[in-house]
Amino acid sequence: MKVTLKYFGVIAESAGKSEEVLELEQGLSLRELKDQQIKTYQIQDAGSVQIAVNQNLNNEVELKEGDEVAFLPPFAGG
Amino acid sequence: MRYDRQIKLDEVGVSGQEKLRNASVLIVGVGGLGCPAAQYLTGAGIGKIGLMDHDTISVSNLHRQVLYDENDLGKSKVLVAKEKLQRLNSEIELVAIEEALTIDNAEKLFSEYDLILDGTDNFETKYLINDACILAGKPWVYASIYKNEGQLSVFNYQNGPSYRCLFSKTTRQNVSCEATGVLGVVPGIFGMLQAMEALKIILGVGNVLSGKLKISNLLSGSEQILNIQKKPEEIEKVKKNGIMSVRMDCEMKDSDKKYLDVREEFEQPKVTAANVIHIPLGELQQRSNEIPEQEEVLVFCQSGKRSAKAVEMLQTDFGFQNLKNVEGGIKTIING
Repeated sequence: MKVTLKYFGVIAESAGKSEEVLELEQGLSLRELKDQQIKTYQIQDAGSVQIAVNQNLNNEVELKEGDEVAFLPPFAGG
Repeated sequence: MRYDRQIKLDEVGVSGQEKLRNASVLIVGVGGLGCPAAQYLTGAGIGKIGLMDHDTISVSNLHRQVLYDENDLGKSKVLVAKEKLQRLNSEIELVAIEEALTIDNAEKLFSEYDLILDGTDNFETKYLINDACILAGKPWVYASIYKNEGQLSVFNYQNGPSYRCLFSKTTRQNVSCEATGVLGVVPGIFGMLQAMEALKIILGVGNVLSGKLKISNLLSGSEQILNIQKKPEEIEKVKKNGIMSVRMDCEMKDSDKKYLDVREEFEQPKVTAANVIHIPLGELQQRSNEIPEQEEVLVFCQSGKRSAKAVEMLQTDFGFQNLKNVEGGIKTIING
């Protein structure tokens, strides 16, 4: 299944891009996807990273073809 | 007349202007976000605006905090802001609060205003604002900047989600605009978006950005609105425990060490991390069986004195071999 990933803040910097489309194994869970990307891009403080699926944060859903998954770090500048 | 151009709008009108005049807003942090917010809210005729900041104006502020000028260097931000804003609008009340927001002053101060506008640049204060707003029952307008990207939301508005519903866990990696660099326009735009949310809340018009997080990258032009799910347990936790210290939370959550907190329940800052056991000194004898014996446990109190007593007692009376006193108390764990 094809899934679009969007990265924000420092995660986009770690990834070197703000968006990519991945071909994922059918049945891959959201948690597995998160762990995989955190490892791939060596994202720090993974516990604070929030995930949104199709613009809904903290949504424990099954991934499906065409989903958009956003990786959101907290930041506090002002 | 002064407000003619906004009274002409259906969303404002004479009655809306009256609402603005009767409203009060506290701006916490009068920097890159707080300055533009303060200027436009002053212009709009908000009846009372509190300006809170304990910082002074430095030359590196001027590229984004354009309320200030070269003659203001070294002066108190809130005193200068108050004077300049009062010149913009002499009809409103401006209150300069030359203090840092703390666990001790937040809730009482917030209770004196209708809503809080967050112009801060660090996680500790954002969680502090969040918790104090929950306790005082006030909505707050949030914004944060990372380089060219900003986040905007309204929390604790009409039973909506809180900041802890969005980020229940935080990161130790707070990067300020000073550290990462920022174009002055970015906090400028977000500060004005915050002022707009404040006006919408006061006027009761439009769609308030509650339960939603707007993320804009002003360099790429991309924008997203994400839906925030309310987590009632995060809000209840604050109502039950009071203001929770996030600094301790994140210092300890990432650590794989075990801690034993021998302070009394009322002592601040509170620690709620999962790797911390709480047993006040006076209850240790009855509850010593709750302390793990196999792994190292760091014992702390406020200053290090009570925890030293605790370690000695637990070693002598109960034969614990795995306890270590945190000398200097809780502060050393925060700083360390």
